[in-house]
Amino acid sequence: MTRTPFFRARLPDPDEDSRAAVTTSSGAGGGWGTAMRVIVPLQGVVQGRGGLVLGSLIPCALCYFLQLYLKRHRSGPARTPPPSPSSSADHLSEVTGAVLQRSSSRAHLSPRGSGGPAHVSSRAALILRGGDSPYFVGLKRVEEDPYDAVANPNGIIQLGLAENKLCLDLVCEWLVANGNKAMLGDEASISRIATYKPLDGLMELKMAVTDFMSQATERSVSFDPSQIVLTTGSTAAIETLSFCIADGGNAFLVPTPYYPGFDRDIKWRSGVEIIPVPCRSSDNFALSINALDRAFYQAKKRGVKVRGIIISNPSNPVGTVLSRETLYSLIDFVTEKNIHLICNEIFAGSTQGAEEFVSVAEIVDSEDCDRTRVHIVYGLSKDLCLTGFNVGVIYSLNENVVAAAKKLSRFSSVSTPTQRLLISMLSDARFTQNFIRVNRERLRKMYVEFVAGLKKLGIECTKGNGGFSCWADMSGLIRSYNEKGEIELWDKLLNMGKINVTPGSSCQCIEPGWFRFCFATLSENDVPVVMERIRNVSETCKSRS
Amino acid sequence: MRLIVPLQGVVQGRGGLLMGSLIPCALFYFLQLYLKKRHRSPKPRSPSVSPSPSSSNLAELPRSASRSNLSSRGSIGPARTSNRATSIAKPNTSPYYVGLDRVLEDPYDRVHYPDGIIQLGLSENRLCLDLIDEWMSENLNNSVIRGDGGDLGIAGLATYQPSDGLVELKVAMASFMSKVVSKEVSFNPSQIVITSGATPAIEILCFCLADQGNAILVPTPYYPGFDRDMTWRTGVELIPVHCRSTDNFIPSITALDQAFNQAKKRGLRVRGILISNPSNPVGNMLPRETLYSLLDFAREKNIHILSDEIFAGSTHGNEEFVSMAEIVGEEEFDKDRVHIIYGLSKDLSIPGFRVGCIYSFNETVLASSKRMARFSPVSALTQRLLVSLLLDTRFITKYLETNRRRIRQVYDLFVAGLKELGVKWTEGGAGLFCWVDMSGLIRSYSEKAELELFDRLLNIAKINATPGSACHCIEPGWFRCCFTTLSLEDVPVVIERIRRVAEICKSPR
Repeated sequence: MTRTPFFRARLPDPDEDSRAAVTTSSGAGGGWGTAMRVIVPLQGVVQGRGGLVLGSLIPCALCYFLQLYLKRHRSGPARTPPPSPSSSADHLSEVTGAVLQRSSSRAHLSPRGSGGPAHVSSRAALILRGGDSPYFVGLKRVEEDPYDAVANPNGIIQLGLAENKLCLDLVCEWLVANGNKAMLGDEASISRIATYKPLDGLMELKMAVTDFMSQATERSVSFDPSQIVLTTGSTAAIETLSFCIADGGNAFLVPTPYYPGFDRDIKWRSGVEIIPVPCRSSDNFALSINALDRAFYQAKKRGVKVRGIIISNPSNPVGTVLSRETLYSLIDFVTEKNIHLICNEIFAGSTQGAEEFVSVAEIVDSEDCDRTRVHIVYGLSKDLCLTGFNVGVIYSLNENVVAAAKKLSRFSSVSTPTQRLLISMLSDARFTQNFIRVNRERLRKMYVEFVAGLKKLGIECTKGNGGFSCWADMSGLIRSYNEKGEIELWDKLLNMGKINVTPGSSCQCIEPGWFRFCFATLSENDVPVVMERIRNVSETCKSRS
Repeated sequence: MRLIVPLQGVVQGRGGLLMGSLIPCALFYFLQLYLKKRHRSPKPRSPSVSPSPSSSNLAELPRSASRSNLSSRGSIGPARTSNRATSIAKPNTSPYYVGLDRVLEDPYDRVHYPDGIIQLGLSENRLCLDLIDEWMSENLNNSVIRGDGGDLGIAGLATYQPSDGLVELKVAMASFMSKVVSKEVSFNPSQIVITSGATPAIEILCFCLADQGNAILVPTPYYPGFDRDMTWRTGVELIPVHCRSTDNFIPSITALDQAFNQAKKRGLRVRGILISNPSNPVGNMLPRETLYSLLDFAREKNIHILSDEIFAGSTHGNEEFVSMAEIVGEEEFDKDRVHIIYGLSKDLSIPGFRVGCIYSFNETVLASSKRMARFSPVSALTQRLLVSLLLDTRFITKYLETNRRRIRQVYDLFVAGLKELGVKWTEGGAGLFCWVDMSGLIRSYSEKAELELFDRLLNIAKINATPGSACHCIEPGWFRCCFTTLSLEDVPVVIERIRRVAEICKSPR
């Protein structure tokens, strides 16, 4: 063994070195750089007895542990929930697999838990965990105990659901007159509705929908039916667009306050993040490009890739419409940042104010700008009072997005009888024109009445132009100016006042005390009841303070 | 030791102290670098590296610049879609979709267009449309929109409904399913989630049971659509588990076990098995014993079973169909891991209605599926219509009987024709298709030759059949022929066309 003499010959130095090592590590410093301090103790070991082996092994071991640590750390986020159950479950399954033979009678194996419970995916767990937002809690409470003027006058009045019941009678009338015939089509042939059809919607319906969209936007724009993909509701439309535009881990900027459902529709399955961009009451909740810019750069700093902006126009909780100028600057902004703009125009036909609604399609149409980054979400639930029909629309001028969305429509395609019915309903120009007009009138009347009622109670609303809701400032009634105070008031309104409204915090509004009141589910006789109930609550709030 | 010895030499040589510490450190550093690179590469690196720096440069352009300066297309590059959209939007080259597209362009019609392509590639049932038609014309007036002051009923159509389906429809669906299974299996309506077709039902289950990067075992040959439905948006991987013609294409536990262990070695986490029973391309049904052993296997590995039973009511043989629900129901198995997919498209021949459902015994899966149903609800109108259709017991009983009889009729005629040609097929008792062994007609025993034959069938014979390779079958030469889009008169035409190709194929030898 040549090693031993070699080892001995070097013996004298190590003693000195180890002494030096001791002194440096005890803080004397000497001429060693900081980097050396780490190495020196190691050198001591290397030069000491068994140095050769240890000198190689210790760095190796260190390297191994570091790697181990890094590995753990990396898969950490994904792993955090499962480790304990999964490891034990794996263990158990191995044990049962090894010990119990497969041939042993089934009865032995069967009792539950022998293999541990079957796991569900962590995204399913995530989906289940959410839903405690007051928005959803309130909706559920109303389902259990709904108000009815005659049958259940003490029930909870629904002001939390953006649904329009003001014009149901018109729809019903039409359905009774034409429904059955319409569903089968003129030839009354079953193969027209029962067999396989293009999953992204019948061309006839696309044409009818574009016509209706132009009517709803007051003939200002013409839409191209070949750019349309029909889905089962605007919820599916928004989700499909998020899948098409962003990858998991990317983000969308969404000006607040926004529709509470976005948190589900966009985040749940597509894994896209929402970055709220707060708007202020001092600006009448108009979105500012500066705030968007700031949010964009902050996201960039965090390493999050922003792929688009989602706006609702008319705004969902606030009810304002975006001005032409704002739309221009939004398009500039998205062009500059090379991102997309998703416009949710689901309330386009439900404007009731004096201000003109401008669809982003009009802007894109008229301007020489990049159309491929603008996408519109539309639906018939709001503007045609047909929530139960679940028909949503994606309108995009980006060929790639349309192609991908068409393919994805296999997961959310509209049933053909419904499409047939809608084709004849939407093609009935007399009906649609009348409907849009009457609907606007009734919405306006209701809005005016509701806002006036709130004003009498000393509650101010932002000036709204569209949608089924008004956005009311009740910060005067909350005990403390924070989210907790707001939720307290919401709770009081729900349990004492027996009305379900949507608190601003559910819409990610940063100023506490704002509430969304959806008035279109009420009949005129209900308004005084609602006002009375709000008065009761506000009196208790005031008396205590 | 051999590895360490050279290092020792360095340590003990000149500069040994330093080198002995530095070399391991350097090695370690490079290892880390390597790991880091490898770790990152799958996601952002490949597509985004080149475009992203350019876009960040552009962001520095002053915002005040006039719109027209910025706007002209291409100055900034086109708006990018997500990577997943790009891969989804790619044209699909699988012969399954190629064939379907071709038929759309040039469809056969006995009277008007006898030279068109005959569709044998779409599992659609047109044999009993007349019965549905009859029912509709008789009952439509009373079922959905009642003229007699049924305002409340109509309001119920238009307003918000639970997105996982009306309770009435669930009840009707449950009773229909029990009828289809034709046994004393009762389905519990509260375990049903209604979706807009079986496609979203499968996707939702995938979302619930597996996370991105997890895998699901699927015995081959399987329905070509699974590759889209289960992987596109969920990011779940399908692992084909090959079945052999010698086993009559019934999945073997040994093969499943092998696939499971291989996946484990690759670091993949297997979360379930998807079986279609009756099998989609093959048309046979899984025997009771296989179902038991599948359950045992699933329990042993602690994974789920997704059972696609969408053809449960389209049986036409003498064999009886055994639903997973029956197996789970009769014994005290842990039901938590069994999920059934069903739909009305095949058994009631109404694919246009887009109605499917998830039937699960797992509370968590049910709860999250109900929440996800918001993305694929069925229109209330269709639901109401179906409620009255499904609850018309007399009609349903008659329909199921007639449907089975007619499928049998066409099947018998079809296989008789095949027999005449000397072509073999797998004897199955269910489904709308026949799994035909054309390996005698292919030039070489390979996938390439199979696709050649597919091409010939499509272009020369003008029939579109699905080749086995589209279904991931490992044995070349198998074809799926859906015969329920045909009428009895069309069958001889199809056989004649196959004969023509068979003659061409055989002659060069």
